[in-house]
Amino acid sequence: MSVTDAGPVAAPVRQPAVQTPFARFVADFTESRLATFAFILLVVTMLLALIAPWIVPQNPYDLAQVDIMDSRLKPGTPASSGKYTHWLGTDGAGRDLVSAMLYGLRISLLVGVLSGLIAMAVGAAIGLIAAYVGGRTESLIMRIVDLQLSFPAILVALMLIAILGKGVDKIIIALVTVQWAYYARTVRGSALVESRKEYVEAARCLGLSNGRILFRHILPNCLPPLIVVVTVQTAHAISLEATLSFLGVGLPQTEPSLGLLISNGFQYMLSGDYWISFFPGLVLLATIVVINLVGDQLRDVLNPRLSK
Amino acid sequence: MYRSKTILTALVAAGLALSAPFAATAKELRMALSAEPSSMDPHFHNLTPNNALTSHVFERLVHFDSKMKPIPGLATSWKTIDEKTWEFKLRPGVKWHDGSPFTADDVLFSMERAPNVENSPGSFATYVKGKTFAKIDDMTIRVTTPAPYPLMPNDLATIAIISKKAASGAKTDDFNSGKAAIGTGPYKYAEFVKGDRYVLVRNEDHWGEKPVWTKVTIRPIKTGPSRISALLAGDVDVIEEVPTTDIERLKGDTKIALGQGLSNRVIFFHMDQWRDESPFITANDGSKIKNPLKDKRVRLALSKAINRPAIVDRLMEKAAVPASQFLADDFFGTSKKLKPETFDIEGAKKLLAEAGYPKGFKMTLHSPNGRYINDARMAEAVAQMFTRIGVETKVETMPGAVYFTRATTGANGNPEFSFMLLGWGAGTGEVSSPLKSLVATFDKVKGMGPVNRGRYSNPVLDKAIEEALATVDDPKRAELLAKASEIAIEDVAVIVSHYQLNTWATRKGMQYTPRADEYTIAMSVSEQ
Amino acid sequence: MTAYIIRRLMQSAAVVLAMSVIVFLGLHVVGDPVYLLIDPQADQAEIERTIRRLGLDQPIWIQYFHFIKGALTGDLGTSFVHGTSALKLIVERMPATLEIAIAATLMSIFIGIPLGLYAGLKPNGFISKSIMATSILGFSLPTFWVGIMMIMVFAVMLGWLPSTGRGPTATFLGITSSLFTIDGLRHVAMPALNLALLKISLVIRLTRAGTREAIHQDYIKFARAKGVSMGRIVGVHLLKNIMIPVVTVLGLEFGNLIAFSVVTETIFAWPGMGKLLIDSIQTLDRPVIVAYLIIIVLLFVIINLVVDILYSVLDPRVRIGEKAT
Repeated sequence: MSVTDAGPVAAPVRQPAVQTPFARFVADFTESRLATFAFILLVVTMLLALIAPWIVPQNPYDLAQVDIMDSRLKPGTPASSGKYTHWLGTDGAGRDLVSAMLYGLRISLLVGVLSGLIAMAVGAAIGLIAAYVGGRTESLIMRIVDLQLSFPAILVALMLIAILGKGVDKIIIALVTVQWAYYARTVRGSALVESRKEYVEAARCLGLSNGRILFRHILPNCLPPLIVVVTVQTAHAISLEATLSFLGVGLPQTEPSLGLLISNGFQYMLSGDYWISFFPGLVLLATIVVINLVGDQLRDVLNPRLSK
Repeated sequence: MYRSKTILTALVAAGLALSAPFAATAKELRMALSAEPSSMDPHFHNLTPNNALTSHVFERLVHFDSKMKPIPGLATSWKTIDEKTWEFKLRPGVKWHDGSPFTADDVLFSMERAPNVENSPGSFATYVKGKTFAKIDDMTIRVTTPAPYPLMPNDLATIAIISKKAASGAKTDDFNSGKAAIGTGPYKYAEFVKGDRYVLVRNEDHWGEKPVWTKVTIRPIKTGPSRISALLAGDVDVIEEVPTTDIERLKGDTKIALGQGLSNRVIFFHMDQWRDESPFITANDGSKIKNPLKDKRVRLALSKAINRPAIVDRLMEKAAVPASQFLADDFFGTSKKLKPETFDIEGAKKLLAEAGYPKGFKMTLHSPNGRYINDARMAEAVAQMFTRIGVETKVETMPGAVYFTRATTGANGNPEFSFMLLGWGAGTGEVSSPLKSLVATFDKVKGMGPVNRGRYSNPVLDKAIEEALATVDDPKRAELLAKASEIAIEDVAVIVSHYQLNTWATRKGMQYTPRADEYTIAMSVSEQ
Repeated sequence: MTAYIIRRLMQSAAVVLAMSVIVFLGLHVVGDPVYLLIDPQADQAEIERTIRRLGLDQPIWIQYFHFIKGALTGDLGTSFVHGTSALKLIVERMPATLEIAIAATLMSIFIGIPLGLYAGLKPNGFISKSIMATSILGFSLPTFWVGIMMIMVFAVMLGWLPSTGRGPTATFLGITSSLFTIDGLRHVAMPALNLALLKISLVIRLTRAGTREAIHQDYIKFARAKGVSMGRIVGVHLLKNIMIPVVTVLGLEFGNLIAFSVVTETIFAWPGMGKLLIDSIQTLDRPVIVAYLIIIVLLFVIINLVVDILYSVLDPRVRIGEKAT
């Protein structure tokens, strides 16, 4: 079966270019109302997370402000200081849930997005090189990928904790270590197909540099499956962080992320104090849904072959 | 499952009078454990789930009752011949599961094997060491020690007696396969599927009181909420270690009955008292300071800062009791004088000021997560309380795998942490165990203070402990142990927080008699 | 092709070696299992005796040397915790894990691909949008959370399925598995679905993305113009072209399912390898961890090899090994 591919793919131009590429991108993106709504929500969420310290009634990471006597208060109970109300109740350590969730959101987003992006950058670059260079380099890289993929996340996290201690930066390192190989493998798979296509040969004949061929021609064509993996994996990174916390090798106990709030609240699920893990769960869910809606639309807009 | 349910319903309907004829029918009991037993070999690993499982099949010379008081097991009586010699009379007429008779030779064989099991990661050697066993006749043995040794019955309550005939040359795997798992106990080995299920059937020829259940299936379910779900869904009948957060709700559930009792475990804090500068303590500005924990006033201030009733009430959901010493009051050798330290923020601040720390200092509290009930949350709550008296405390929790090595030998063979949360279950059921291990001066040669992670050292206390350990007379020893406890606690050698309560949950119609040694055994499940 | 496979296998041996070194050194840094395992009442002399008995008093490189010596004769060491052969422990638990991994993979194929195709062919329909929105749920909530929710709903509240554990087994064609009994299947259902959720979402998304892309390509347009039926277009031309990413991911995911079903097995008290691994990591049972990872590395190597070979079958333009020297 012979396949005629859509020639050299440098974003085929639909109409005579009256629009700048960015304006066209915006126009394409806002075509979906749902995605636009999600994007706005995402911006709001990120803003809220960013300015959390100035809008919440309590610093949930300051042990002087948190009191075990306030633990597991029902939503709507006034704080013992009388200055504010725990609108969503408190958790098992006495943290105000609204405050803890916004602070947690900060950390979860930071951890998820940062580890996702770094892992993608590292993994995609390595995968591309492996596919393009081939030979011994490819074998070596792919065997390292095999090695990495067979290492359980919890073991990586445990070793890093023993060597580096606990912390947000450490968990990001752990997640990148766990995830880069995944991207490398996916990108190599698609790049292997792309690098044998006619347009690459054409580019070679034109005498383009390897770097240019790799990053300007092959990479854009590997993007669609990559974006799928990125949006899924970023979300996955956030819940993986929660899982690591659940297994006891996650973030510090006194500075909970959304994931840690959920895994702490996990033990209250059968006891009737539903709010401790329900509200953080809801926020985590909403955040991830929003990231994915935006990601989905981005993928469709950025995909050169989908342009109508 | 349905069958046993109908039988139960029938029983309840027919009334207790009818229960005798029904007793002959099969009655299955399914129990869920929080940890997985690793072997059917009772000498392989001295570990609670292993000991609990094997105690169905194998028995000891001395048994512990539910409050860890020594009672006759395979020995009917014991006495001291002189200060260094104990004599045990064995129970006559006891048969092994293969029908052969139980004799003194089996005891000698067991004592020989127990400390020498191949690949054992935690053997029973500690309890056999220094004892010479001699057979007087088939039903009598004598044990001699080089020095007076009062803990003989307690030590022998740990060593399972195995059959010389069935287990000669047997390896751990032979017990797991059932070949060597021939005991004298109330249950016989039926099936051992590691990590999945352990099945036992009743020994109809047992010498003692016959347990209610004819067949027992034990399964490990490690996650608390899953364990509770299994009980609520009717997949198991008994669960151990009910998460504290669920106790309140289960109390209100008419289909569930709870059994709760005091354990032999105390939660406490070890404090660095041997380094002049402690690695995890600094002044408020981060600069190095002289180790404040060497000052008794500081230690007392920290103890006063802990709101024990709040911890028991808010964090442990009442499944704990504020601690005054190393073991709860009704255990052997405890002091009747000691009371839990009162919560007193002003008093604590005053003591800190007196000691020269009016503005407090900075400290890191280290804690395992998942090793003791609610340990990480406990560390967090205590850090809150310390911060309130001006000792700004950071919490660092880590998995036991990392924690215990660092807490024991992390600083070139010495404990690394400055202030650490730990727990201690007194395996012997009396006070000498924590005194000797936790607060006696660390001394490799004497074998004292092996896990004294604060390296507290007090010659007066050492002398008191050693004297108690050499006193065979029970009332006198109890008095000496109580005195030693008072010395340690009054000097705030460690800060004790609370004693854990253990909670079991059963389906309605059954009752678990709580055990201080934390064992979950079918013999403790009664029918109502 | 044969030379290629042999070369790959030799490379794998190097991977296994590298991995064992990392695990040895890594666990050495993490801690000493003796302090976790030994009876707390033991004194210093007994602690030292136990350290010697487990061979942990030796320098790490000598311990490694002993391990290699044993490994060459097929002995991967004796578990610190269980006192029996590490390899035997793992092999005993493998069937249980394979059961849920296979069940989960089947679920993700038979649920994921049709839903993904539908969503890709009718991207703007209400049903498609619902499929996509629901699929997000599959990977946004942590596994342990979803797992316990499933237990609460299906076992505790509705009483349809057993809450935890593995059901009775039966032997069929020489294979003993709980997949062959009704009660066994009832036990498999929840853990398998719990494992499959992420994979189903992943397959839906990959299939949809591939479909949407392929549908605009010329060969599909030609086929349509030629009057080839829609069923044939989707079933033959389209599926064949979108399978590459799906196969890659599913291959990897199958390995992942087997290797790291840690959380699901813990929640559902499923007596498989994942639970053994987490228990071994928590007790620093090095022989079991090393043996486990060796098996997993080999598994991944084989899966990757199969995936690479499948590439060349699915897409003739990819010729494996052609560039390798």
